[in-house]
Amino acid sequence: MLKLTDVNTFYGPIQALKNVSLTVNPKEIVSLLGGNACGKSTTMKTILGLVRPKHGRVEFFGRRIDRLPSSDIVRAGIAPVLEARRLFPFLTVHENLLMGAYTRNDTEGIRTDVERMYALFPVVKERNRQLASTLSGGEQQMVAMARALMARPKLLIMDEPSMGLSPLYVDKVFEIIQMINREEGVAVLLVEQNANMALSIACRGYVLQTGEIVLHDTAENLKNNPLMQKAYLGVA
Amino acid sequence: MPSFLFDQFINGLTQGSVYALLALGFTMIFGTLRMVTFAHGEVYMMGAYMGFEIIRLLYPSFLLALLAALVATAMLGIVVELLAFHFLRNAPHATSLLVTIGISILLVNLAQKIWGPETQSIPFGRIDQLGNFEIEIAGVYITFLQIAVLGVTVLLMLVLYFVINRTKLGMVIRAMAQDYEAASAMGVNVNVIYMAAFAIGSMLGGVAGVLVGVYYNMFYPTMGGIYGLKAFSASVVGGLTSLPGAVVAGLLIGLVETFSVEFGASNFRHVFSFVFMILILLLRPGGLFGGKEMAHTRGD
Repeated sequence: MLKLTDVNTFYGPIQALKNVSLTVNPKEIVSLLGGNACGKSTTMKTILGLVRPKHGRVEFFGRRIDRLPSSDIVRAGIAPVLEARRLFPFLTVHENLLMGAYTRNDTEGIRTDVERMYALFPVVKERNRQLASTLSGGEQQMVAMARALMARPKLLIMDEPSMGLSPLYVDKVFEIIQMINREEGVAVLLVEQNANMALSIACRGYVLQTGEIVLHDTAENLKNNPLMQKAYLGVA
Repeated sequence: MPSFLFDQFINGLTQGSVYALLALGFTMIFGTLRMVTFAHGEVYMMGAYMGFEIIRLLYPSFLLALLAALVATAMLGIVVELLAFHFLRNAPHATSLLVTIGISILLVNLAQKIWGPETQSIPFGRIDQLGNFEIEIAGVYITFLQIAVLGVTVLLMLVLYFVINRTKLGMVIRAMAQDYEAASAMGVNVNVIYMAAFAIGSMLGGVAGVLVGVYYNMFYPTMGGIYGLKAFSASVVGGLTSLPGAVVAGLLIGLVETFSVEFGASNFRHVFSFVFMILILLLRPGGLFGGKEMAHTRGD
């Protein structure tokens, strides 16, 4: 349903993405792996329309979206969980959820979904009247995921959901991603440095290196790929 | 309190509430766009002339004058936003700043062309028709115009508080002030919100113009200069992104100014108010309510 074809993105004269092509199919978890500054976040920003590709195309359900404003891309059904969570620090947790539903106008549906999120993430309910900035990193990650789901997306793009979290919360976050995928039928594009965790829940994976896709395979094959093991999985 | 002091206190509040309205406009705009406009004083001036024409030519009604100024300055605000910010989103900040200065010069000259450089007044008969009574409180007379200025200001502040804290638009404006990129990733059309914030800020300025213009019954093309400057300073003293800060700073400056006149320094009243602001900034470099993001009054 999401298809990137030969995407090239630049920051001024610097090329951040070189001929990146990838696809995400409905109900699939796909992980995008790579080290620092390899273009993972740029890929995400390009999909969301926060930066524009110079060449190439991004399609969602066959419709070209790489020239659309972000607001239309979200409306089309792509919701982001941004790197470092990026909650609105001085809005309450509840207001953060409402911001996630910004593109929707069905007041009743939004209310039911808020309740659904409270059921899904008990900690979000506990803290719903607090300012987002007063929550711990792990709690904020829960709010960020709930906020993204409030848009009723068909595809969730998550940028480094495990970053800066305690190991306990990392496990929890990945469990929830699987649950969202299984129970809500939402496809997930998972941008991660934690390759072990990402591949443990993904169907397929892409590996980015200095802006280029260097590997693409099923999660199983990637785990057994010697190059992957050496460079990303920390297997001796 | 001796009655002459109470008298000056009311005068100071009246003056200060106008600074507060203007400062709120600056804060709205800076809080959302992270950019300063130097055409705000001239938007205020245009609002004043709008009220002038309505009351002079059309009908002696405060309400009608205010409504006309609201509509006119909202549109003017959107034009300023388009010219100085929207089309220059990727330009260096200084460019936008210079364009707003250019617009302010243009508006002053436009006003000179239309109304002439001299000070204009509404015939006093017409002013009296707006409302002509006084209320006595503890031996002090408060005029209709003072009540109108204070009343309209307080009402507008309440409306603004409601809009910012209790409506979807307000929530989005606050979210944008905190993280515009995240807001845009939520599907917010940031350009529309920038325009809305600019329109709201300009409306506050336009209303202030009508209030001051009618209160002193003086309308002249450069009337926005010192007011714009002082209101900008008030906004800085308030913390630049804090709406309550803008109100408190505006009122304080009005009071300081009025009392400096009372104690014989009428030629130096601007000096007094600016020295006062400098002192506050020396003591609290972030402003009175500095470091707090715009209008997160709910969580305070």
